[in-house]
Amino acid sequence: MAVDIYVRRRAINVVAMLLSGLAAAAGLLFLVWILWITVKNGISALDLKLFTKITAYADQGGLANAIVGSLVMDMIALALCAPVGVLAGTFLAEYANRTKLGAVIRFLNDILLSAPSIVLGLFVYVIVVLPMSNLTHGSVSFSGLAGAIALALIGLPVIVRTTDEMLQLVPGTLREAALSLGVPQWKLTVQVLMRAAVSGIVTGVLLALARLAGETAPLLFTAFGNNFMAFHPLNKMESLPVAIYQYTNDPNPALHAIAWAGALLITLFVLLLSLCARWYLHRHKVTHD
Amino acid sequence: MTTMHRNKLRLLALATSLALGIGAAHATDITGAGSSFVYPVISKWSAAYAEKTGNRVNYQSIGSGGGIAQIKAGTVDFGASDMPLDEATLAKFGLGQFPDVIGGIVPAYNVAGIAPGKLVLDGQVLAKIFLGQISNWSDPAIAALNPGLALPSTKITVVHRSDGSGTTFNFSDYLSKVSPEWKTKVGEGTAVNWPTGIGGKGNEGVSAYVKQIPNSIGYVEYAYAVQNKLGYARMKNAAGKVVNPETASFQAAAATADWSHAKNFNLLMTNAPGADAWPITATSWVIMYKQPKNAANSKVALDFFRYAYSDGKSAATALDYVPLPASLVNQIEGYWKAEFKR
Amino acid sequence: MSSNPAIIETSRIDRRSSADARHDAWFRRLLKACALLVLAALLGAALSTLWGGREVLFGQGLHFLTSDAWNPVTDDYGALAPIFGTLVTSVVALVIAVPLSFGIALFLTEIAPTWLRGPVATAIELLASIPSIIYGMWGLFVFVPFMARIEPGLSATLGRIPLLGKLFDGPPIGLGLLTAGIVLAVMILPFICSVMREVFQTVPNRLKESSYALGSTTWEVVWDIVLPYTRSAVIGGIFLGLGRALGETMAVTFVLGNAYNITSSLLMPGTSISSSIANEFNEAVGTHRSALIALGFLLFVVTFVVLLISRLMLRQLARREGA
Repeated sequence: MAVDIYVRRRAINVVAMLLSGLAAAAGLLFLVWILWITVKNGISALDLKLFTKITAYADQGGLANAIVGSLVMDMIALALCAPVGVLAGTFLAEYANRTKLGAVIRFLNDILLSAPSIVLGLFVYVIVVLPMSNLTHGSVSFSGLAGAIALALIGLPVIVRTTDEMLQLVPGTLREAALSLGVPQWKLTVQVLMRAAVSGIVTGVLLALARLAGETAPLLFTAFGNNFMAFHPLNKMESLPVAIYQYTNDPNPALHAIAWAGALLITLFVLLLSLCARWYLHRHKVTHD
Repeated sequence: MTTMHRNKLRLLALATSLALGIGAAHATDITGAGSSFVYPVISKWSAAYAEKTGNRVNYQSIGSGGGIAQIKAGTVDFGASDMPLDEATLAKFGLGQFPDVIGGIVPAYNVAGIAPGKLVLDGQVLAKIFLGQISNWSDPAIAALNPGLALPSTKITVVHRSDGSGTTFNFSDYLSKVSPEWKTKVGEGTAVNWPTGIGGKGNEGVSAYVKQIPNSIGYVEYAYAVQNKLGYARMKNAAGKVVNPETASFQAAAATADWSHAKNFNLLMTNAPGADAWPITATSWVIMYKQPKNAANSKVALDFFRYAYSDGKSAATALDYVPLPASLVNQIEGYWKAEFKR
Repeated sequence: MSSNPAIIETSRIDRRSSADARHDAWFRRLLKACALLVLAALLGAALSTLWGGREVLFGQGLHFLTSDAWNPVTDDYGALAPIFGTLVTSVVALVIAVPLSFGIALFLTEIAPTWLRGPVATAIELLASIPSIIYGMWGLFVFVPFMARIEPGLSATLGRIPLLGKLFDGPPIGLGLLTAGIVLAVMILPFICSVMREVFQTVPNRLKESSYALGSTTWEVVWDIVLPYTRSAVIGGIFLGLGRALGETMAVTFVLGNAYNITSSLLMPGTSISSSIANEFNEAVGTHRSALIALGFLLFVVTFVVLLISRLMLRQLARREGA
């Protein structure tokens, strides 16, 4: 009898382990599958031209202006939404955990997560692009900055959500220990709690970056796009997703190849950042317990 | 605090206009937006034009609806739309419009054993297929148009555009002109209430579905049928002649369309009367202010299109578009002189 | 008196603690301002869709909510089919992605050898960084033909099951609600999985070790110790994925078939709120544009209702466990 239960428990365990291994394999399979298709279709466009020539030359050109635009806008967006998101998430977890305001903001944040990105783009068009155009008498209308703000709105709820979750999982004993030593709460939050949760928060920021780096719809009405090179964030700016979107809908197969190569660039860019972040975290590792 | 903030904003605005002003000293950057149909050819023209003159034309395909909205909001120097604006709207906003380039729309099919160009259709049959009334390839109506062609007895899968598009607008306009039933039941528009079939996003989406789904039929711009090596149908036109989709038949449609009586070029070329005219031929319109806020930019825009009509012809042909016939270009030049005061 | 060191000491502490209190108050205000910014962003976006869609929302009212017609030519719009498609594809995506993510997170925190964990975790997170248009292209050119090949098999096996079989009864053209759901599942997988993995790692080792010491198997430790400890965060991760699934546009548009249909079969083409917007917005003018923006507002409402229902269910669950 006892042996029976033991065998059954073992069997359940083995099956569960096997299934979880299979799940991991399935996840990897999809990644490899999609990346393989991307590389296969984009390999012919993967050359130096991709980085040196601009989209104005279409199939004779590359994605240089799109790469620059994406880098500028993604970085500004991240600079906008990461601090705000982390602080807002901290507020939810540390100050408003059991309050009504906290519950409401948490709930609205979840709704913001699913807001169609094109709607956020239109919102930014109304609150940034049009006023800018009026303020500068039309010399600045669409701009990289407006694009970055739209992207920031997409990244924001992801960071808020993960920061909130991660801080809530930091054991209460840490807080009590610090508070009993007379550490003020802001110091406790910044120096103790955030350090304990930093790995999770960084994951949240990376997920946000991964999500906003591939967005097309909100950029059409904010950053607009630009076939020529632009560095200044108040200019109209091209971005990789917008270039990909335009090129995939073109009959010319050479442009399809450039689009696939562009997709590969975005993926590699996020991969590189993930690896850097992980390497950094690994060197400053904090363990729980 | 707030005054400082406002001052900062003012400073920012000043700095920006300075920066952009310096840029404008040696070249003009102008902006256009709208129709995705013309995006490939305008960007090609733009690159060549920038090399020749130093002026940079930045065109983005945000859709015809977007193009119209942006020119009205004054955020761009010109808009491009696959649908002409009516008299009232043009007059209300002080806008003018003129065609830029011509393209053809072709029925594309995937039926085993029927090679590209072998199938012949006419407007009536095409309308009935897209209404779902002809649902089998061996239907007598199709057979009557194709004597000697072995038609399989299989169900037809209709593929249409899921996104709003000028292609759909011209296609449904053609069907409305040739089939009263289509006109009352479905009508014309950039997006319509399709009685049957599945929707693919973009010309690319429709091409892919037609390629993947056996016994399907859809409609795409000519360039997509060529590039994707799809089966394309020949059409019986308004004059009763069976024509091939090709540059000559598209241009014939443009040449025989009655432009001289169309005020503000408000004319659709579908079902054109010419003996050699392809029945589903389309153009798109450039929309500009007649008295623009920024006259210098507008001047460059007109110069750009003048360049496109002359030096830009080969670029258009290379991308499977058709340049405007000379008679139409003359008429546009006249329109510019009369309507666009500088 | 002034030379009493004890008093000097206290006043210094007082000064310090009052400075601390001031800093704390400022810090708190800063955090609150950031949190309110989230609130403002959502309200601003939602209200701007309400404003943009007012013509249809207030002009057509109930008809817009209850009709399944969608006719841009006659300007007759009903949101039923897009709402249906959004909910069905999201549910399919969650049904697939949640167990898969749980399995992967379990694998990454408890089973895999340490050297393997980092690379596999990074790889799974990379799924989130592939632009959604590429999911769409992959779906269109690769996955749809693949599904077209296995769908006859699905109809012949699962389609035979009474009741449930209705779900798998349809033409094997490869596109439709099921295909869209699967593509969505792959897209939201990294979001759910990353959160699960992170929170599983925060479970104190002594909790797990004490359970192992009592002779528990790995599965029992995960199911009985790790999951209950992290439950609220795991649910948070699922919401993260659900949010993405409800609002996802490009990828769905390419594989959904885009027909304004309400069907019982997952193999039939359908449409979703965000793909309708993405499809038709660019070329829409007038009432049509208003109807699409009104759809955007409805997505806020649908998300609100879905989240509300899940919150209530969770509270019910918590109450039952407490009893």
